[in-house]
Amino acid sequence: MSALPLLQVRDLKVHFPVRGGGLFPTTIPLKAVDGVSFDLAPGETLGIVGESGCGKSTLGRAVLQLLPATAGAVAWFGEDLTKLDKHALKARRRDMQIVFQDPLASLDPRMTAGDIIAEPLRNYHPEFSSADRKARVAKMMEQVGLHPAMINRYPHEFSGGQCQRIGIARAMILGPKLVVCDEPVSALDVSIRAQVVNLLMDLQRATGVAMLFISHDLAVVRHISHRVMVLYLGRVMELADRDSLYRAPRHPYTQSLMSAVPIPDPAKERARTRALLTGDLPSPLYPPSGCVFRTRCPKATEICSDVVPPRESAGPQHEVACHHWRD
Amino acid sequence: MTLTPILAQTDALEAALAPTVAGRSLWQDAWRRLRANRAAVASLIILCVIAFASFIGPYLLPWTYDQIDWDHIEALPPDFALGHYLGTDSLGRDLLARTLYGGRVSLSVGILATFVALAIGVSVGAIAGFIGGKTDQLLMRFVDLLYAVPLTFFVIILMVVFGRNFVLIFLAIGAVEWLTMARIVRGQTLTLRRKEFIEAARASGGSTTAIILRHILPNVLGVVIVYVTLTIPQVILLESFLSFLGLGVQDPRTSWGMLINDGAAELEINPRTLIVPAIFMTATLFCFNFLGDGLRDALDPKDR
Repeated sequence: MSALPLLQVRDLKVHFPVRGGGLFPTTIPLKAVDGVSFDLAPGETLGIVGESGCGKSTLGRAVLQLLPATAGAVAWFGEDLTKLDKHALKARRRDMQIVFQDPLASLDPRMTAGDIIAEPLRNYHPEFSSADRKARVAKMMEQVGLHPAMINRYPHEFSGGQCQRIGIARAMILGPKLVVCDEPVSALDVSIRAQVVNLLMDLQRATGVAMLFISHDLAVVRHISHRVMVLYLGRVMELADRDSLYRAPRHPYTQSLMSAVPIPDPAKERARTRALLTGDLPSPLYPPSGCVFRTRCPKATEICSDVVPPRESAGPQHEVACHHWRD
Repeated sequence: MTLTPILAQTDALEAALAPTVAGRSLWQDAWRRLRANRAAVASLIILCVIAFASFIGPYLLPWTYDQIDWDHIEALPPDFALGHYLGTDSLGRDLLARTLYGGRVSLSVGILATFVALAIGVSVGAIAGFIGGKTDQLLMRFVDLLYAVPLTFFVIILMVVFGRNFVLIFLAIGAVEWLTMARIVRGQTLTLRRKEFIEAARASGGSTTAIILRHILPNVLGVVIVYVTLTIPQVILLESFLSFLGLGVQDPRTSWGMLINDGAAELEINPRTLIVPAIFMTATLFCFNFLGDGLRDALDPKDR
């Protein structure tokens, strides 16, 4: 990426204090996100994949400063967001929005679709007349494929896909430069999923918005992302160009994730061998020493428990954090 | 092709209809739905009639509430010629005039004290619940502290310090009733605070005040309104209790609670003095309950 990065995340950590039990409880940090770094160029989509509980959503919220970062920096055009005060942050937030996983829960049940979409306008442009605001809302609704006549309906009167379109309209109405999509299609029907993903891609083409696309659905991520980042226990395992990652995953974790995706061809599906993972995700309260993936890694050796693998370049636009990626 | 013209027509129709759809707010919607609720509308009308009669009625009657008809010092049955439309009480005072005057006191105490409770309770509850942390601890411990103060003791102290004053009754009752309201609103706010739409509101640049006003309050409203309709009767009864102790209104002034109290004493010889104020009071309380139910339904968009 040659352009100036929109967003530079450096060694971001988000730890939640968890009180232990016992007579003298001590607080233990739950390392939801533990040292994540990446860049995001304007108009680019970075897919973030990983198992449940690996810190994907936490990372998305920490980038938007909806959760306080414990350490590290989130630079927005070179300006560290973690050090801004409330007013400065509010001004920056105009350019960064979020789309949530649960379409219905992310909409206020007592507001009409029109009011929900207009809310960012109220916050940032109180000077707009109500007619002006309405016109913009109607235009936005058309852009996301909602009929403007549905302006007075309440969220429960819409289908899941329509609710997500409202959520997207709310995120897009200010013309942001970055939208964090926190599993925006996971709660939707498969038939609706493609529509919403394509809508996001159309909007990106039209407005040049950059996206952090969080999902556990590798197929969707492949469709929408330019680059993909694989997280495990709050750490980056692999960060690569989409094609390079899907063609030749280097990290054993990525490889096993890929082999879990079913191939829509029964003959091929039956023929291949799967590198399936055993066991569960270790507790982020007590992450394994060295490489966090070693407890479930088929390639793990002694060095993995002692040394945290550094992020190495495994080709152009391809970084991997594994001691054994060459094997 | 027979299908084409039909399809074309629908498109044209939709296009023609689209620009006429005006934006509506929750309040406009709620008002429209409330009007469709017959019980609520009837209650609203009856309440208005009772309130109007209580505040204007006494001026139109031939007797005032404290005037004794010395010729009929016994409890007189209804007598239109003398102007005692519902008779007199055992002291020869006009029962209708007294009931209407009592309604004035009871309704103003009931409504004003409830609104005092509503204003303080909702603000404290919403702030404590939404901001949380130390603010929450501080405010709720203060509420606990006030809960521990006995009402009568509190009222007596107020009377001693400020002297007897009608306004004090509002203040005293309001100061007690807001505590429960604050707890209810705080509990509701705590469950709302973690909802995604609150996070969405923050992400779209809403300040704490804006989020509380725009999202928290409309969502706790349903519960609050039900509680308000329960509080108004409670306050009316509380006022009669205070009056009975000699801390509220004093004879010859009166309230529904006092009238019912007096009437109950002569139930066997003169049931009219109980029945008349009791009918007014029950009608009012019923209407408040129906109206509250109607409001709650009207304010819940899922119910339409």
